[in-house]
This record gives sequence, structure tokens and C-alpha cells, in this order.
Amino acid sequence: MRHMHEELDHLKQTLLLMGALVEDQIRRVMKALVDRDDALAREVIDRDREVNAYDVEIDEKCVEILALYQPTAGDLRFITTAMKIVTDLERIGDQAVNIAQRAIELNREPQLKPYMDLPRMAESAQRMVKDSLDAFVARDTALARRVCADDDPVDALKEQIFRELLTFMMEDPKTIPRAIRLIFISRFLERVADHATNIAEMVIYMVDSKMVRHTLA
Amino acid sequence: MLEPAMIEIERLSLWYADKRALNDISMTIPKQRITAFIGPSGCGKSTLLRCLNRMNDLVDGVRIEGVIRIGGTDIHDAGLDVTELRKRVGMVFQKSNPFPKSIFENVAYGPRILGVRSRADLDGIVERSLRAAALWEEVSDRLHDTALGLSGGQQQRLCIARAIAVEPDVLLMDEPCSALDPIATAKIEELMLELRSSYTIVIVTHNMQQAARVSDDTGFLLLGDLVEFGATRGIFTNPGDKRTEDYITGRFG
Repeated sequence: MRHMHEELDHLKQTLLLMGALVEDQIRRVMKALVDRDDALAREVIDRDREVNAYDVEIDEKCVEILALYQPTAGDLRFITTAMKIVTDLERIGDQAVNIAQRAIELNREPQLKPYMDLPRMAESAQRMVKDSLDAFVARDTALARRVCADDDPVDALKEQIFRELLTFMMEDPKTIPRAIRLIFISRFLERVADHATNIAEMVIYMVDSKMVRHTLA
Repeated sequence: MLEPAMIEIERLSLWYADKRALNDISMTIPKQRITAFIGPSGCGKSTLLRCLNRMNDLVDGVRIEGVIRIGGTDIHDAGLDVTELRKRVGMVFQKSNPFPKSIFENVAYGPRILGVRSRADLDGIVERSLRAAALWEEVSDRLHDTALGLSGGQQQRLCIARAIAVEPDVLLMDEPCSALDPIATAKIEELMLELRSSYTIVIVTHNMQQAARVSDDTGFLLLGDLVEFGATRGIFTNPGDKRTEDYITGRFG
């Protein structure tokens, strides 16, 4: 069984590399948005290929470990958790691409307003991703539960951004295309936080064998 | 497979009297990897394994066609000394079969026959072999006790030590764990993974999970045919043949 445990360790390392890459994608795309940097946004879009490659690699590895070693108990929950986490990470990567595309579109027009809440939202979402992966590594359910709780302020920020942009649009319909793109971005960041919440919920399952999905407020 | 071939089998067929047990088997077994043969009882996997050191020569009425080369040498060559072949191709059986001698003498037996006389040399070989078989720590203080006093798992590791004492190129293992409990089995499997860097290992097992866990390559046999042979991870995640899929998913066999 030592062989399998080496494989599981390696799998965990690969997941963490993917997590670090995805976190960096969010960080960079927000920089691209705030600095109005088209080139950086394109880099983020290109780098999604690396995220996807991790997705495929980890999925294949999980299937292989299941087929070859028939893991049980905690090892089995680790593998099923890994298979779900990888999907959430891949989707977080996709959200970074969505934001990058909107950023490039926004750069064709003057900036509507200074961005305050979006970077705050991104910071929270990014921290949730990091915390959820830290919780995964450390098997820390307290931290995982904190990640689940952190989702609410992110949702609240999204609402606040929506209300603010609504006033812009009502005052001047010419702002609508830009405002809608910014609302989209807040929606993408909210999804990032949701994926981090999913990861945290799976960590609780992995460690305590308790399914908390759809039950935490 | 990029590894140099250790064993090449070309169009091998075998009959027990009128009954054909192996049908036209061709395969190349690479060096320093673990190759597993799996398949239901009577599929020919043990027969195929026993072809590799000509153990079937001892069975009456056996007829063989085809070529087997080990390290480039045709093992059916008239000029080949079968004892020399079995020195190069060691074997471990289902039931551990230590000689009713001391632990030391069991391991020293092969080297003595091959002419090693010096006590110091024999001491060295015995220690090295027992260490390689992960048994040294457990028996070093009682080397001259009878081997029959060891547990089943220890006896099986002793048989592995005895097999590697003559430094073979190939190690054949015929159901080496089927008489062992899961802990002893895990030790043998771990040992196999360690021996892989020095030997080419071919194992027959009816325990599919064991084949999955330890082997690099797997051959699936059915009714004397080699249905499929390839990387173990491929065989167990996406077999190419419906019959392999049915067997490893437990639909028959």
C-alpha cells in the first residue's frame, strides 16, 4: 500500500500546483482589469490551457488510482474529494478567462469609474480559494467552515456593486454596456467564491465524512 | 515499450497430449519491469509462465512450438544447458517450499551447487540475498535454525532470497501470495517493487487487484489465447478487448 500512498501524496502536490496557478490567474486578471492591461489579460486567457492540462492530468490520475489500488475509507474520500476539487479549480480558471475577456472589452472605452469594490471582492474570493486549499492540505475543518461563512460578504459585495451600477445606468444609458460588463465581472467573482465554498465543503466531507453541501447557510 | 526486451515469445503454442493449452502466443516482456499474467483458471497463465524456464519439460506428453528467447538466447536451443537456464530464470511457487534445512543452507544451496565454496563468500551471498528479500532483520540472529520454523510469509520471502542468491536475470512467481495473509502479501508486493530495479519479474496471479497494484504490464489470457497485453494502467482503466473488460469487471471468470 506504500505505493498507493506515494501516489496519493503526489496527487495532492499536483492539486496544490493547480490551485496556486488558479489563484495566480485571479490575481493577474484583476491586475489586468485595474491597470487596463490588454496584454496581461491575454496572458491570462492563454494560460488557461495550463489549468485545463492540470484538470485532465489529475482526473486521469484519480481514475488510475481507483482502478489500480481500490482505495478505501479516508483514502477513498480523498480521491473522490480530489476529483471534485479539480472540477471547481478548473471552473475558477474559466472565471478568470471570462473576466479577462470582459476586461479587454472594457478597455475599448474610457473607464466608467474607479474600481473599488471589485478588487475587494476579488481579494476575498481569492483568499477563500487559498483558504479552502490550505484546509484541504491541513485537513482543517474549522478553516473550511470559515471559508463557507466567508461566502456571505462576497455575495453582499456583489449586491452592492449591482445597486451602484444601476444608478449609473439610470442616469446615463450610454454607460450600460460598461456597467453590464462590470456586473458580469462581479458575478464571475461571486462564482469563484462559490467554487471555493464547494471545495471547503468537500474538505469537511473528506475529514469528517460529513456531507455539509446544501446545508450550511 | 522502450525498455530493452528481456523475454521474447514468438508464436508459442503448447499441447498437453492432444489438448492445446496455449495458442500462438507472441509477446515481448521488457527488462526490469513487473509483468503480470491474469485470467480465469485454466486459461494457460501458469503454463505460459512455466514455459519460461522450461518447467513443462518435466510434464509427460507436452509438445511446444514456437520460440522463446531470453536475453537473446533461444531457450529451446539443443546446446542449451537447462540447469544454466534455470539459474538465469529463478522461480517462486504458490506454496513456499523451503528445504528442510537451516535458513542459511536454504539460501546457500544454489550458490554451493554453482561451486561457491568459501565460507566468507557464502556468508556474503546469504546476507545480501536475505537483505534483498527483506528478511535479514527478522532472521539474522537465527540463521542456523530450521527454515520450517518460519511463518508462511517469511518462508515465502526465504524462497525469494533463495531464488535471487544465484543472481538470476528473471524471477518467475507463480501465485506467490495466494497462501499468505494480507500483511504478508503486502510485504511480498513491496519486495517485488524493490526487486524490480534488479530483476525482470513475471508473476501469475488470479488476484486481479494484485496485478493492478504491483505490475507495470499485464497480459490477459483466456482459453490459451493472449487476449490483450499492455501497460497495466491501460488494461485496468480502458481495456482494448471486450473480454478483458468483462473479466476485470467481474462479469465472468
